[in-house]
Amino acid sequence: MFPIIPETRARPFDRTNEFAQLRVIRQKDYVKAQHTSGGCKSAKSPVLSMDAMSAPALAPALTDITAELCNKLLHYMVLMREVEDRIELKLYRQGKVLGGCYTGRGQEAIPAGSAAHCRPDDYLCPSHRDMAALLMRGITPREVLSQYLGRVTGPTKGRDGNMHMGCAQRRILTIISSIGSNIPVATGIALAMKYRKEPNVVFNYWGDGATSRGDWHEGINFATVQKLPIVYLCNNNLYAYSTPLDKQMAVANVADRAPGYDMSAEIVDGNDVIAIYEATGRAVAHARAGLGPYLIECKTFRMSGHSAHDDASYVPREIKEEWSKKDPILKLQKYMVDKNWATESDFKQMRQGILSEVDDATEWALDQPYPDPATVEDDVYDEI
Amino acid sequence: MPEMTYLEAIRQGLWEEMERDESVMVMGEDVGAYGGAFKVTKGFTDRFGERRVIDTPLSESAIVGASTGAAINGLRPVVEMQFSDFMACAFDQITNFAAKCRYRWGASVPIVIRAPAGGGFNGGPFHSQNPEMPYVHTPGLKVVQPSTAYDAKGLIKASIRDNDPVIFLEHKHLYRQIKGDVPSDDYTVPLGKAAVQRPGSDLSVITYGEMVHVALRAAEQLAAENIDMEVVDLRTLVPIDRDAVIGTAKKTGKVILLHEDTLTGGLGGELSAIISEHAFEYLDGPLVRIAAPDTPVPYSPPLEKAFLPNAGKVVEKARWLHRY
Repeated sequence: MFPIIPETRARPFDRTNEFAQLRVIRQKDYVKAQHTSGGCKSAKSPVLSMDAMSAPALAPALTDITAELCNKLLHYMVLMREVEDRIELKLYRQGKVLGGCYTGRGQEAIPAGSAAHCRPDDYLCPSHRDMAALLMRGITPREVLSQYLGRVTGPTKGRDGNMHMGCAQRRILTIISSIGSNIPVATGIALAMKYRKEPNVVFNYWGDGATSRGDWHEGINFATVQKLPIVYLCNNNLYAYSTPLDKQMAVANVADRAPGYDMSAEIVDGNDVIAIYEATGRAVAHARAGLGPYLIECKTFRMSGHSAHDDASYVPREIKEEWSKKDPILKLQKYMVDKNWATESDFKQMRQGILSEVDDATEWALDQPYPDPATVEDDVYDEI
Repeated sequence: MPEMTYLEAIRQGLWEEMERDESVMVMGEDVGAYGGAFKVTKGFTDRFGERRVIDTPLSESAIVGASTGAAINGLRPVVEMQFSDFMACAFDQITNFAAKCRYRWGASVPIVIRAPAGGGFNGGPFHSQNPEMPYVHTPGLKVVQPSTAYDAKGLIKASIRDNDPVIFLEHKHLYRQIKGDVPSDDYTVPLGKAAVQRPGSDLSVITYGEMVHVALRAAEQLAAENIDMEVVDLRTLVPIDRDAVIGTAKKTGKVILLHEDTLTGGLGGELSAIISEHAFEYLDGPLVRIAAPDTPVPYSPPLEKAFLPNAGKVVEKARWLHRY
């Protein structure tokens, strides 16, 4: 059965309060959510506040943020940034990557901070801006580049492109293009865990746009009814393709939808990897304890267009400028410097190492063969 | 050999697979204590418990999506769409997610989507449709529709053991109307194999589902006129038994393609293309399609009667083709 984790109180964060405005908005909505959800006022389904001191913390003390952990998180965030830059700014522009090209520039903290909690038996259901999660799960830059280049060495052997990659053996679901469709599927993956009484958790990622899909509501409703072990990571990056949030939903926050499902939820600064790491720790403890799904809404910004062809000219310049100051990689680096855990030269060295790895992976992937046209009809069925 | 209804045969096949394999489980609307809208899963909760027989919210997309996820993670879910008409609500999950997993990333999705299809009982436009063709047209899916009690049990068991997503269409008008001898032991009917339900030498009718029985009634009438009609029951629409289709065309040289589904874009067109590609020089007459007209399924009895193909229509066309 699920281990029952005793309630403890998380330690307060020691980060600077850069997001005071966001916090105020959220506190107001926290009150609104409790008010409007009527019977959900008990601690059973709170939309938690961002301030950990006021959050009913279910997790044991997880806030042991170490230099080693920060180094690991930074490594994968920078690796994601550099792999995606190589794909979008080089290979795509050179005409070597065809079709769509979706990156998570500015959103690296979300997959990195959350997937750091993913155990081998857990299941990862990422979306298309979560490359760090794939990399942390063992998909290599060589595989990623092969996938984008349509080579046989990619996870889909050239049958699908871009971020549509996963791996059944490594327990990573492969998304499809109709956004939000992975939510009912994540429900089923978690259902099988509960069926076999396994203490595992599903990590399911999606963006603000997905919450308008019927599949989002159907999948989450079924998951909450069944109290399934799922952690939902929402990257609320303010735009679904070109559609701003206020044309996407009438509520101010994605987390405001949670009380309608009696689901625990909290809102975090999506550019603060430590905040995401800590929130995911609480969420995973909640899910492993058999208390049902848990939503983390990560407020962030897509520092690029929807896809490589999109210059995002519809985003007001002030918003771009405001968020460019909140780059999650720079934020983590500042935190590490303040802690005396690293220096600028350490970061430079890390980036150099990563660039060499990306160079090697690019060269390697460009050398790999395309799939054999004779295999076009293979693997539609197991047996026919 | 015990005689049982088409419905009891499906129920027994599903029951036996759940007894045999712990990973087989059932999900759907009202399938638990209530036993399902048609009572196919009656008594399953008592025997297998709520863990293995899950009453779901009214959410076809979630039901199919969750079955896909559970299958990817090691289970063999059998889900019930209360009426096949409602599969449309889960179309994305079926055709974009489940169907493409193996080809895209090698993931096996062993699910069975059971769906009561077909008319004949004044169910109207949303409880009587025959929605097979969009799924027949989706690579990655298998599509099955039994016409006899024996096949119903054997095919549901084979579908559950199959490693790919199977759309299992049950003709709801046959549920309690058709009875047959069904062995109580473990047997399967392989997917992709048609059956000749009545051999004949003058002409052939290729069909499936309830229309098999319509064709058999027509064949009886035609026999009295010394017209010997062969009745081929496809049983599986994907993979289609091309050898059987081509074989009967070569044998009789005159072929009727009969289905309850509407005419345009129906399976009859695909069957006639297969025959003209592979047995053209054997034909002694045009390929004849008999199908429902291109309309929604109407509710009122005289309208539905006019809509559904029947033995009289088959006899009339068969006489014409025989004379040709």
